[in-house]
Amino acid sequence: MPVTYEGIREEHSAVRRHVGMFDVSHMGEVEVEGAGALAFLQRVLSNDVAKIAIGGAQYSCLCREDGGVLDDLFAYRLGGDRYLVVTNAANHESDLAWLGRQSRAFDVIVRDVADRYAMLAVQGPHARQVLNGALGIELPPRFHVAHARVGRRPALVCGTGYTGEDGVELLIDPEVAAPIWSELLDAGVVPCGLGARDTLRLEVCFPLHGNELTPERNPIEAGLGWCCKEATNFIGSETIARARAEGTAEKLAAFEIEGQGIPREGNPVLHGGEPAGLVTSGTFAPSLERGAGMAYVKSELAEVGTEIEIDVRGKRRPARIASKPLYAKRS
Amino acid sequence: MAPGSSDATYPDDLRYHEEHDWARIEGDQATLGITWFAQDSLGEVVFFDPPEVGATIQKDSSYAEVESVKAVSDVIAPLSGEIVEVNDALQDNPEKVNEDPYGDGWLVKIRLTSPEEAETLLGGAEYRKMLDR
Repeated sequence: MPVTYEGIREEHSAVRRHVGMFDVSHMGEVEVEGAGALAFLQRVLSNDVAKIAIGGAQYSCLCREDGGVLDDLFAYRLGGDRYLVVTNAANHESDLAWLGRQSRAFDVIVRDVADRYAMLAVQGPHARQVLNGALGIELPPRFHVAHARVGRRPALVCGTGYTGEDGVELLIDPEVAAPIWSELLDAGVVPCGLGARDTLRLEVCFPLHGNELTPERNPIEAGLGWCCKEATNFIGSETIARARAEGTAEKLAAFEIEGQGIPREGNPVLHGGEPAGLVTSGTFAPSLERGAGMAYVKSELAEVGTEIEIDVRGKRRPARIASKPLYAKRS
Repeated sequence: MAPGSSDATYPDDLRYHEEHDWARIEGDQATLGITWFAQDSLGEVVFFDPPEVGATIQKDSSYAEVESVKAVSDVIAPLSGEIVEVNDALQDNPEKVNEDPYGDGWLVKIRLTSPEEAETLLGGAEYRKMLDR
């Protein structure tokens, strides 16, 4: 996946206004099957997996005992005792090892099926319409997954994405990926690269593992308490329950630069001239037409409206804590 | 796009620095900017952070920053001098650097403090040869 095909801003705006596609085949897939599948996933994933109906999808964190986030991922329920988990590429191998180790106590098989799928994310307000026309497939509602045939091969159509727009992620046979890509190109879908993927997700404050999420941070400080259901007794739930009850020293906040300057990952955050945090992701946000990002800041500063400064390579750029998401569709 | 792309131009009346900067020398002054190759590698420029008028800049050292959506890049001075003017129009239209790197996309004007440095710079053909290597 290249950083860009024709320009990040153009690709970004295609997804916001029309429809774009991303070849995210680098993402990993893990199948979990067996009578103990639900019990196992309930143990390793932070969300309440019992709530996923067949054909449903759910976002979760994969946590260590100390609550640190190993990965963030979607789990799709493909059948009664069969689930698919989509991992971040950089974590796929370590996730597999972790899941394999934890699965021993359960009646379940954990299978690496990353080679079985190519993944195309087709995103934007016109995604459904264009896909329906080009591939003739019925699209599932948001946060659902449907079996379909794409390029005359079995495929999964997932009503999920990483852009804040409507759309789907297609899990298809790698052999038909190139022709399907061409077909979608012909239908007017704009090819988008990693650059636009990052600006799109950042504007809607979706965390990126490795930036906002790391094994050194728990989901509470990352603002992901909503996908942690401690009552399910998942690995890490005790620490997370404590973090939720007692609060955390730092919190992940979104911010906008007030004037000029573009924040970047690793820039120090200052408050009253004193160190107050660190930028985890920063960019020029095309929809906002200004610098914006996310940062871990002292919890007492994480209130919307708090004035901060971002030290951008020695220049202090005035900024303000903003509400999440940074970008929301005007209705 | 490859450096040899048909869009790429390297006018012969400019002098080039190997860090992908150009200088248009006129008497004891020079206009500076980044080359077609530099703007193409960087992608859409969204911000130019200029030095202040009066600041002195040193050949081979960074004197400003240009940023695309994805990355920030130092701009290296092809010649030493004192800033006499910065291109204020880039504050509102930084994309000029992409659209017209040798014209409206110029970055600063300097008064040369060591005009003899110009002899170390490359001509258009030499610069292009360096890119093709």
